[in-house]
Amino acid sequence: MRLAFREVATAFRRAPGLSVLSVVMIAFSLFAFGLFGLVAWNIRGALQRAEERVEIRAYVVEGTGTEAIGAAIGDIRAFPEVATVEYVGPEQALERARTELAEFRDVWEPEFLPASLEVRLRPGQREPEVVAAVARRLQGYPFVDDVRFGEEWVRKFALVRDAVTWAGIFLGAAFALVSVVLIGATIRMAVLSRAREISIMRLVGATDGFIRLPFLIDGLLKGVLGGVLALGLTWLAPYLVRNVVSTAFFPPWLAWSGVAAGAILGFVGAALSVGRQLRRV
Amino acid sequence: MTAPAAQPSVVRFANVTRRYAKGVGGVAKVSFSVAKGEFVFLTGPSGAGKSTILKLARMEELPEAGEVRVAATSSLKVSRTDVARLRRKIGIVFQDFRLLEDRTAFANVAFALEVTGTATAQIGPRVQKVLERVGLASKLQALPGELSGGEQQRVAIARALVNDPLVVLADEPTGNLDERATKAVFSLLREINAAGTAVLMATHDLDLVRASGYRTLELNKGTLAFDSAEADPVSPGAP
Repeated sequence: MRLAFREVATAFRRAPGLSVLSVVMIAFSLFAFGLFGLVAWNIRGALQRAEERVEIRAYVVEGTGTEAIGAAIGDIRAFPEVATVEYVGPEQALERARTELAEFRDVWEPEFLPASLEVRLRPGQREPEVVAAVARRLQGYPFVDDVRFGEEWVRKFALVRDAVTWAGIFLGAAFALVSVVLIGATIRMAVLSRAREISIMRLVGATDGFIRLPFLIDGLLKGVLGGVLALGLTWLAPYLVRNVVSTAFFPPWLAWSGVAAGAILGFVGAALSVGRQLRRV
Repeated sequence: MTAPAAQPSVVRFANVTRRYAKGVGGVAKVSFSVAKGEFVFLTGPSGAGKSTILKLARMEELPEAGEVRVAATSSLKVSRTDVARLRRKIGIVFQDFRLLEDRTAFANVAFALEVTGTATAQIGPRVQKVLERVGLASKLQALPGELSGGEQQRVAIARALVNDPLVVLADEPTGNLDERATKAVFSLLREINAAGTAVLMATHDLDLVRASGYRTLELNKGTLAFDSAEADPVSPGAP
């Protein structure tokens, strides 16, 4: 192992430019993927926030007893799709309307708006068909006068969300593929620059494992360094555009996953490249 | 020097065939053996199969038919790890030296011990000793680029010797050298052989071959055309 680390240091001293270039190439490949990831992460956050606004409002017939409403709330909460159920009385409804809508600023009679049950659904249960099914069940209660859930908005939102998700998956896969190819080519270049050394090692009796080890350590270190550099650049990027758009950064686990991905790509790239070279000698 | 017949063979080819796709080079039904402590020349025109014989002997390539046995390792059942272990028991020398250009003469030779896992404390003395043996005691810290062709070849020979090999396989070791360096390198190989190490050397230098009186295997179009130990031309495929 000591000899393997010495070989890594020797390789760096022999061609520092190539080693730095490898790290920079890995960093920029991961940075490009990181930037895309950051945009996708923020879009995902915005979509999630918008999706949380999906709600079903069941208007209650005037004069319905509190026992019936209380029993219905308990019943509805037990629906597997439902996250929360809130009773909004006429006073509360008016207060909200006066806060949110200018045309209600001069309205003071609470009877003006009906009481309602405000039903929010669990994440993953906000598809148009699920929302419509829950709305139909709510409509079945005898004291429910009308049910509204912005059917058109929910349907269009689902379409936009699905389109964005698929575009994200496709572009993400394309970015990831380009990163893998670039990192693979970078490491292959580094291995090829030492092809003669590999053949000489083999010539004097080195086993494949012995030859491989310094290259694997080298690939892993370059991957980690490139990943850390990419993480730093991706972290800085939102600052450059902070006056234009407010962005959220990755949670720590996801940020360090990027570094781990760099390490894995460096390690696997080195293993494949040196394995290919070894088969030739 | 021809080894006594009783000596066991360190290299044995039995009906060995290895052909290449383009039909250039390769060997067909070649059989011979090199005894322990024997010096054998491989001669023949370019493309006759000399380098193929040496590639097969160091198991860089394996035969399509027949068996190559070197230092008790058989080509019939050999893994990549077996090949690595075999190469620690043989010394290999090339026309182009194959030294690591950014490492000193000492480091190039030490490298051959390091890859075999030799204890660090043993490496220094052994490398020093073998470089003294090849006449390079004063050039331990010289890089290959600072050495003459003859000196570089002596570093390569030192690297081949440092693991005390049973046999040295030399592929045109004097091909890139001037007359004086050729004589010095050949003299060194003779000394190595005199100390008991077998040498199988491919060469185009027929003057060197004639002057030495060592056993000669002459190849022609991939077949063994002449073995001086047999005194008469041999037919292809003869054991």
